[in-house]
This record gives sequence, structure tokens and C-alpha cells, in this order.
Amino acid sequence: MQLIKPGINIDFIGKRKFALIISLVLILAGFASLVRHGGPHYGIDFAGGTLVQVQFERQTHAAEINAALADVDLGVPVVQRFGEDTNEFLIRVERSTGELQGISMLITESLEQSYGAGQVEVRRVEMVGPQVGKDLRNKGMWAIFYAMLGILAYISWRFEFRFAVGAIIALVHDVVITLGMFSLFAKEIDLPIIAAFLAIIGYSLNDTIIVYDRIRENLGKHNKESFTFILNRSINETLSRTIITSGTTLLVVLSLFVLGGGVIHNFAFAMLVGVLVGTYSSIFVASPLLLLWQKKTAKAA
Amino acid sequence: MSNSLKTRGLVVLFCLLLSLFALVPTLLRGNVPSWWPETFGPIQLGLDLQGGMHLVLGVDVDKAVESRVDTIIDQTDIRLKEEDIIYKRIERRQGDRLVVQVYDEDEGRKVEALMKSEFPALEPATITGAGGYIEKHFRLSDDEIENIRDYAVRQALETMRNRVDQFGVSEPTLQRQTGNRILIQLPGVADPDRAISLLGKTARLEFKMVDETANIQEALAGRVPEGSELLYERSTNRATGVETEIPLVVSRQTVLTGDLLADANVRIDSRFNEPYVSIDFNAVGARRFDQITAANVGRRMAIVLDDTVYSAPVIRERIAGGSAQISGSFTSQQATDLAIVLRAGSLPAPVEILENRTVGPSLGQDSIDSGIQSIWVGALMVLVVIVVYYQLSGLVAISALLMNLFFIAGMLSMFGATLTLPGLAGIVLTVGMAVDANVLIFERIREELALGRAPKLAIESGYSKAFSTIIDANLTTLLAALVLFQFGTGPVRGFAVTLSIGIIASLFTAIFVSRFIFDFYLKNRNVKRLSI
Repeated sequence: MQLIKPGINIDFIGKRKFALIISLVLILAGFASLVRHGGPHYGIDFAGGTLVQVQFERQTHAAEINAALADVDLGVPVVQRFGEDTNEFLIRVERSTGELQGISMLITESLEQSYGAGQVEVRRVEMVGPQVGKDLRNKGMWAIFYAMLGILAYISWRFEFRFAVGAIIALVHDVVITLGMFSLFAKEIDLPIIAAFLAIIGYSLNDTIIVYDRIRENLGKHNKESFTFILNRSINETLSRTIITSGTTLLVVLSLFVLGGGVIHNFAFAMLVGVLVGTYSSIFVASPLLLLWQKKTAKAA
Repeated sequence: MSNSLKTRGLVVLFCLLLSLFALVPTLLRGNVPSWWPETFGPIQLGLDLQGGMHLVLGVDVDKAVESRVDTIIDQTDIRLKEEDIIYKRIERRQGDRLVVQVYDEDEGRKVEALMKSEFPALEPATITGAGGYIEKHFRLSDDEIENIRDYAVRQALETMRNRVDQFGVSEPTLQRQTGNRILIQLPGVADPDRAISLLGKTARLEFKMVDETANIQEALAGRVPEGSELLYERSTNRATGVETEIPLVVSRQTVLTGDLLADANVRIDSRFNEPYVSIDFNAVGARRFDQITAANVGRRMAIVLDDTVYSAPVIRERIAGGSAQISGSFTSQQATDLAIVLRAGSLPAPVEILENRTVGPSLGQDSIDSGIQSIWVGALMVLVVIVVYYQLSGLVAISALLMNLFFIAGMLSMFGATLTLPGLAGIVLTVGMAVDANVLIFERIREELALGRAPKLAIESGYSKAFSTIIDANLTTLLAALVLFQFGTGPVRGFAVTLSIGIIASLFTAIFVSRFIFDFYLKNRNVKRLSI
């Protein structure tokens, strides 16, 4: 079976202006949302605070839980249903305390007062102090930075510097769009999301390198042809692989998104956006960037 | 050719057997001879999967420095009196500074000489204070402060380790992290709140004489006599269970501390059928207790734990033999925990919780179930797509993929890696990406076939041309995974581990194993058409 006919020749590079508009719209929409919300929506890993996941014996709803917590001095607790048809809720409080009798105990006690003892099961508690949150945030940022740096060095060594620049810009493009989507869909950025970002970087890079590799090969084979022709030809030659691999990866990420459970949900969401944008960017961002570089240096020379 | 085929076959077989061997303890869970899991332990589940508690505690090291200065002050106070040196007051300032106020130069010089001989580690300075007093300042050197801080963290870690051992948690992890932080992981702990109070309780046991001359009302108004302090006695009404706090003025000076304990045990008071903690002093402690009780018959002695008075009984007679009891209307669990912390020793400084992640066992099981389910569903979908698209060659890729999962599990066990929820996600992701190498190869083979090459040749050049692409693409992803491992913490590290292992395993299966299957299949056949 074949989805893509061997001799296919789509003019991807010719559509780069159109692609630029799409990218700009996605990035600007994300930026607008980020600005409106005053930066990314950090989860407790990075912002600090306390999160308690509670399962109730009987049906209840967020307003009732809020009422039960009204007597405790917790600031404004955010109560969210966890998963869909479950009777589980996430209660998030901005405060964290270093004291041994933690906020989670306060929450449990006051919930038990309203719902009765044994009616409430605490399934997960996460408390991150502000200092640790700051440390984790710094570490995450540095991780992404060093990963990019390492990649820049590796690609410069294996390919050429302009390929490295193209790949890195494509990566930044992917991460920025995913970040924007998180803000648009009001999802929290947590520690596993940093892992997802690095996985996206890895995946998108994988995709970009395969196209670049073909460009490198074709540059040697067809040195009489125009650069645009080589770019187009390389993308077309690898198109079948791009679609199959993106397809299979999307399938597993989708299965993670649907079946992976609530804790992993946001991670899968990030991967979903990342795989789509990563595939798009290796065709419509990374390759046209090489052309742009080519034109700039030709003008300068 | 045939020889190399045999060698390659043996390599694949060896890897399969090694993985199987490593996985036996995981698959059979305890039904194997003990040397087996000792060589290749079963795959460890992270706290997010098996449930448990991840704590980062910060030791308040500045308090340790302060309490060292306080100890020196107590000792100096005694020595100054012994030497008949006249001084106005002695106190601690700014955490690490000891100040002795004297009336004139002469006494000042005496103070300095005394301090130099008694505490050579202190750095002196002289300041003329307000009202014509001379202030002799002494401070701990930076090295000494650093030592005290470091020792406080080490000792806290040691004490907590003792407590955890007595608490009875299987395979706990206690590690010192950078600075004053201590990481504690308690898998499968049933009562997290109890664990926290057990670990974090300072458990500083002190015996102090009650200041009977002090006026409680005056003290409550903030006028506590010099050398005394206001503490509260916690008491529970046996009939109603109502807790009350009774103010009590006690001498600031500690006559005896919990450092001199030899043992602590729970006993039951036969009168009220109520548990109490009986403590036994060691030889030094017993002698001192004997002396103190002998000297203070008729007075009250307060038993103070972490600045709360538990009881303040009247000393009726001299107590030899070195045992005492702490009663305070405990529940039996409270009494047990108190005995544990007293036996394990006190923390050198208070601790605070910097990070706490606790996952209940039921949630962990849910996460495992949904994680495994998503791996199978994802893998199944990929399987179908690949077989439909590449037919028989697809089957080769599938066998490579299944072996890949098997190898990943085997390597997790061999490296003693811990499987976390993000780690499971990493495996899912690997399943998606692992087929990529085979897809690259197959697409190349198709291109070669389209150029009219014979199947054998097409396979050969397909593999060799795709090789560098696959290496470049995978090495960069591996790079990202390694950075993640270096900078990541906790669960994120689990993701980096499975992703790295997955990349290595998929490189091996996609390039080496699938090639072997092809070659094995084509060995003695003259295949005209490749099913790809």
C-alpha cells in the first residue's frame, strides 16, 4: 500500500508565505493569550502551593466543596473535577506551609466535618514550597536551554551551521506555539510538561533532521539544480515517511491522551500539539529558513 | 555471509535470553531463588505508581548555630560565676554573636582571658556600648558556623534514618541534597500524616525546674523574671477530652536533656489504664538525675518536649536508678511515636517541609492500569497501520517493535531503573518513534526497488543509506533525553530514563534485528518480489 506516489512533486517551498502567515497567527494568538493572563499558567510545581486530590463517597460538586472549605483560612481554593464521570476533585490552594501539620490536613479535616468521616479519601497530596518551586522552574529553563545548545553543536558538526540555525528556529517555533496553546486552553504548566517540551524538541528535531539529511544528499546529487528545487524534492521524497511516522506517533499520543488517565492528560496534550506542530515545522519552517539564509548570504556576497 | 548470519543470530538470541533472565524476578515476583532478584532486581515502581511519600525537608541550620551559641552562653555563665568575674549581663545577639557586658576594662580583660582559654574558636571584638558599659563581643568563625550547619544536617539525616527504621517502612530512601535539604522517600506508607510528624518532630527533651517565685499573671503580661521563661502545659481532661493549656514559668536553664537517654518505652498506667512513656537514662544521665532530684526535693520539675510542658511533677524524694516517666494523656499511638522519637534521638534543629508529594496506593494502581492500557492500545494501532502499509515487511518491523518493548523492560531491570508515570509515557512515545527507523529503511528500500534493483540489493542499500539518517535523528533525541536526565528531578527523570533506554533499544532492534530477519528470510531463497 502506498499513500504517496513515488513521483509526487508538491511545491511546498512556494507556499512558504502562506505558511509564514499560519505560523504568525498561531504564535500571536498564543502570545496574546499569554499577555492577557500575565504569563504562563504555572502549576504548583513552579508556582508553589498545595494540591489535594480527593475522592468522595457520594456525589458532590465544586460549590459544595467550596462551601465546606469556607471556614478554613486558605485564600481562595480552586476546586476542579478530576477526569469526567468521576467523583474525584482537585483542590488547589496557593499557600504552602513548612509546618508539619500541613494544609492538606486542614483540608481533610474540614471536608470530613461536612461530609462525615470515611466519606472522603485523599488520594494525592502535593505541596511545593515557594523556594523549591523557584528552583524547579530555573532547572527546567536551563534544561531546555542546554538541550538546545547541545543540539546546535551537534547539527553544526554533522551538517552545517545554517542547518543548525534552521533547526533551532524551528524548535523554538514549536515550543512557543505549544506554550501558547497551553495558555489558550487554560492548561497548567507543570514539571511533566517540561519533559513533554523536551520530548517535542526531540521529536521535531528528528523530523527536521530527516528532511535536512535528504537535502544534504540531494545537494551533492543535483548540484546543477536551483536550491528551491532541491528543497522541494527532498521534502517530497521524505513525505511518505513523514506521514507514516507522524501518523503512528500521533496514534500512540492519542491513546495516551484518551486512556492515559488524568495525571498524564496535560502531558499528552502537550505531545499532541507538539507532534502536529513539529511535523508542520520541519516542512514549512525549517526548510524555507535554509532558503532565506541562502538568499541573505547570496546578497551579502 | 552465512557465518556472519549465524553470529548475528546468536547476538539477537543472547540479548533475548539476557532480557528474559533479567525479567524473571519482575514477572514471577518472589517465586525465584533469592540470588536472582539480587542480581537483577524486579523493576522498581516510582512513588507515583506504587503510592507513597516523597518529602523534601529543610533543616533550620541557623537555629543549630543559635543553639550552639546558647550552650556556650550557659557554660560561660557558670564559669564567670565560678571565677567571680563581675559582669552586667550575657546574651546572644544576631544569631551567632555572644555579648558579655562588663562595667570596666579590668573585668573585661578577665572575661577575654577566660574566653580565650575556654573557647579558643571564638573571635573576640570590643565595643563601647551605650551608658558607658564595655561590651565584649565574641562570634563563631565562619568555618565553625559552616561546620555546625553541616553537622546539623548530617545529624538530622542520621536521626531521621533511625526513626524511619523504627517506624518500619520497607526500602525507604533518605538522602542529603544540596545545602540543608534532606530527601525522604517512603514507598507505600499508609499514614502519611503520622510519618510526617514522626520524622519532623524535633523531640528536644529537656528537664527544667519550675520557677515557683514567679507571678503567673505578671509573666502573662509579658514581664517574665530574668532567667526564666513562660511555657505552656498541655493537659487533657480525662472525662471530656477537652485540651487546655496551663501557663507555667520555668527556669531558662536546662538541668538535664534527652541526649542522656538510654531507652524509651511505652507502658500502661494501671490506675487510668492510660499509656505513658517510661525513659531510662544512661550512666551519666542517671547520676545527674540522682543529684538533681536530691538537691530539689519538694520543688517541681517540668518535663519539656519541644517547648511544651508535658508534666511538672513535684519531686517527692531523691530518685536513684535513672528512670522517669512522661505522662500526658496520650493515645497509644502518640505514646508509641513519642517513644520512637526519643529512642532515635532529637533533631539538632527544627525542620520544615519544603516539598511533599504523597500518592495513595489506589491512585497509583489506577495510573499503572491506564498507563499499561494506553501502551497496548497505542502499540496495537501502530501494529495495524504498519502491517497494512508494509505487509510482510511490516511484520518484520512489528517483531522488531515487540522485541524493543521486551528489551526496554529488560534494561530497566538490569540498570535498576525506577519506572514512573512519565516513564510509562516515555515508553509509549518510544513505541511511536521506534517504528520511525524501520519506516525510513522501508521507504528507502521502496525507492531502490522503484529504480529496478533486485530485492536483496534493494534491502542492502536501503539499510546502508538510511543508516546515517537514523543515527543523526536518534542521537539528537538522545541528547535531549540526557540533558533532561541531568537537570530533571524526580518523576521527570523517569521519563528521561525510559526515553534514553527506548532510543538505544529501538536503534538496535530497527537496524540490527530487523536486518537479521530479512537476511535470514532471504538466505537460501531467490525472492523475486518483496512484500513491502
